[in-house]
Amino acid sequence: MKSIRLGTIIALTSLVGLAGLAGCSSASDSDANALTIYSGRNEALVKPLIDTFIEETGIQAEVRYGDSAELSAQIAEEGANTPAQVFFSQDAGALGALQNIDALAPLPASVATVVPAAYRSTDWTGVTGRARTIVYDPAKFANPPTSVFELTDPKYKGQVGIAPANASFQSFVTGMRLTSGDAKTEEWLKGIMANDPQIFDSNLKIVQSVDAGTTGVGLVNHYYWFVNAREKGGVENLKVAQQFTEPGDPGSLVNVAGAALTTNNATNANATKFIEYLLSPSVQEFFATTTFEYPLVPGIEGPVGPPPLSSIGVDPVELNELSDLASTQALMREAGMLA
Amino acid sequence: MNRPTPRSLLIIGATVAVVVCVPLVYLAIRAFGSGWGPVEQVLTNPNTWQAAGTSVALAVAVAGTTVAIGVPAAWLITKARLRWRRTWVVLVVLPLAVPSFVASFAWLSLFPQLTGFWAAWLVLSLATVPYVILPTAAALRSLDPAHEEVARTLGSGPREAFLRAALPQVSPAVGGGALLVALYVLSDFGAVSIFRVDVLSRVIFSSYRASFDRTSAAVLGIILALLAMLIVALEQRSRGRAQRWRLATSAPRQPPALTLTPGWRAGGYGLLAAVGLLGVGVPIIATIEQFLTGASAGIDWPDLGAAMSTTALYGIVGMVTAVTLALPIGLLAARYPTRAAAILERMSFVGHALPGVVVGLSIVFVGTRLVPDFYQTLPLLAFAYAVLFIPKAGAAIRGSIATVPTVLEDVARTCGYSPWRAFRTVTMRLASPGIAAGAVLVLLTVMKELPATLMLRPTGEDTLATRLWTLTEIGSYAAAAPYAMTLILIGAIPAFLLAFPLARSVSQPESDDGGDELEDERSARRRQLEGVRR
Repeated sequence: MKSIRLGTIIALTSLVGLAGLAGCSSASDSDANALTIYSGRNEALVKPLIDTFIEETGIQAEVRYGDSAELSAQIAEEGANTPAQVFFSQDAGALGALQNIDALAPLPASVATVVPAAYRSTDWTGVTGRARTIVYDPAKFANPPTSVFELTDPKYKGQVGIAPANASFQSFVTGMRLTSGDAKTEEWLKGIMANDPQIFDSNLKIVQSVDAGTTGVGLVNHYYWFVNAREKGGVENLKVAQQFTEPGDPGSLVNVAGAALTTNNATNANATKFIEYLLSPSVQEFFATTTFEYPLVPGIEGPVGPPPLSSIGVDPVELNELSDLASTQALMREAGMLA
Repeated sequence: MNRPTPRSLLIIGATVAVVVCVPLVYLAIRAFGSGWGPVEQVLTNPNTWQAAGTSVALAVAVAGTTVAIGVPAAWLITKARLRWRRTWVVLVVLPLAVPSFVASFAWLSLFPQLTGFWAAWLVLSLATVPYVILPTAAALRSLDPAHEEVARTLGSGPREAFLRAALPQVSPAVGGGALLVALYVLSDFGAVSIFRVDVLSRVIFSSYRASFDRTSAAVLGIILALLAMLIVALEQRSRGRAQRWRLATSAPRQPPALTLTPGWRAGGYGLLAAVGLLGVGVPIIATIEQFLTGASAGIDWPDLGAAMSTTALYGIVGMVTAVTLALPIGLLAARYPTRAAAILERMSFVGHALPGVVVGLSIVFVGTRLVPDFYQTLPLLAFAYAVLFIPKAGAAIRGSIATVPTVLEDVARTCGYSPWRAFRTVTMRLASPGIAAGAVLVLLTVMKELPATLMLRPTGEDTLATRLWTLTEIGSYAAAAPYAMTLILIGAIPAFLLAFPLARSVSQPESDDGGDELEDERSARRRQLEGVRR
């Protein structure tokens, strides 16, 4: 009996001690100098930016890295208790999902309208843009398709790589619905499925599979090809080639990576400062040169290589509507592309 | 000897089982929180049932394969006369050190055309076969050879004697291993994602990713948990009243190692080499190749060191938590195998069959509401590891406590020991090697865990697995290679620890490991004599 009591005491003491420790750390969270960021964008990319931000502002920013969709689900589950003050997302969909359940706070005026209206919403702002493109194996297809509608042609049977579960693919299909209508989109989805496509989880895997000669053509975002070229030591080492579709084709939809404030600390000035920083010229240029993404703030030079943002893109698509994926997924399910 | 279950033990066991069922509570809230509509939509979707069917098929195929390969391999390393036996033992256990996403990626980079069900089957079978080899080899080693000898005197050939006298006694160990394999496959995301197999875990993942749809993901999660419970129940049933008998009252002796005919010996070496080289060799070769050919190659030593020590710390804390929480349930299952114990044991398996992302989110949900001060701190992360990996510890605890005769404890009681002291000094001491093996297995798995670690680790801390994820996500495979290699290397330490007792088992002079017939015969006779003397 005595030993049990002793055990209980030890357990309780350690619990109290731990709670105390945790209490200390959460106390420092509300420090005027603290900031917690959830980043769905990769650490290798964001870390140098954070280091500079800390150096310039003295704000002790802590970043938690993860997958955009999973962080979005995490913030949704955390609810009002989220430790995050800023969510920096890889795509608009993950931000839209949070906006839909009122998990985001309105943006302050200093950041709300910096980028063109097409690239932001009420509670989030785009930071950089990316275009959809077609990658292809020149050994198999000397004349690459210039429109995604060509991909239902029997000559691409078994050769088309898509990532239907990927948010950027679904945004692209949503864009097609908005520009070409539901009927035509459904016909296209069914045509692709009838052409026996290869299903992937990510854009990068499609680019690699085309490069390996396993897949003939693939629908991806423009920068994966450039990143892959750099990893392989230059464009000349790539077997895969890239094609931007003709202007007006839904195959070249422009989507964004963006940032938002959570409801946790809507008034925290540090969080706003971070978003201001993301929209500053130096950071916008950093993305253009490092990841080949398109800066969204007017007046900043675009990346070298891809065609300018102004020359591509469909008739303006409301990105806000892109985050409403329900009807798109219904169509994709109907076509057998999604489970 | 039907002793009543001590109430305190039952209460503790039930508490643990309920607490580790947190994911189920969360899934129920999410699934039914927005009415019956979304649930019905998932249940009536034929794709759901097709994915469930594929999940079961893959689990059965991989479990069957690992038994078909693992049992002969276990027999070879414990019963046969092999050259370099110790090396073989270590080699066939080493695949445990390789995370399935690393192995899958390695196979894909060497054979880019690999895809689909059979590719996932191949890689998962190679990755999980040690789960069958380890318990089977341990059971074979502690087997009383008298049964087989009796069978031989009754006219059975060596093969028949093994099949009829020895195999039935090790079958609970084989079944336990196969169960862990099946649950591993159900929850795995790495291989099925890389080889593009539409199983439940992948569909769950796409629901989060594609639709930000937590409701249908939760419904699918419940289906997966029910499938897992069904598999666990089947295994419990097959375990049934199987027990191990011992003819003599003394400790079991080691029978002489069997000499194989040259043909069988070559086949045996071939099997062991295939298990080890395909399971470990391929990932290592592919990792080195990525390091040598990628432009991002380079080693950030301080970062690598930090990730390594964080990995070790999380591994040890996770291990201690999982083993402590598994102890009451394993004890109940071994000592008081009532219906209640079976149900508690089944409940404790839930977390192991769910993908890490589901378990992670459930602990995010509960953690931020009930213990916000512990959110994203090591204690809550350790709890997540326990939910995920209790079955691994529990199976080892149950197995090793079950082999300690209860009479020993009774004797200690008659000598005036309190129940707790008798248990501690007799049963725990005798069971500790087995429990330690289970603990090491948990350590190994925690070190490789990714999705729950990403969500619940203290902000700013990184393990080898999270660094690996960060770098491969942006295609910097060469920069990721040192992390993959380090993960395999530090995983090899626990794998060595697991192999060590098996390697040591037939403690014979080094000359026995090899060749000359006369020496073999002499030592065999010597061992027989020793046996008789006992």
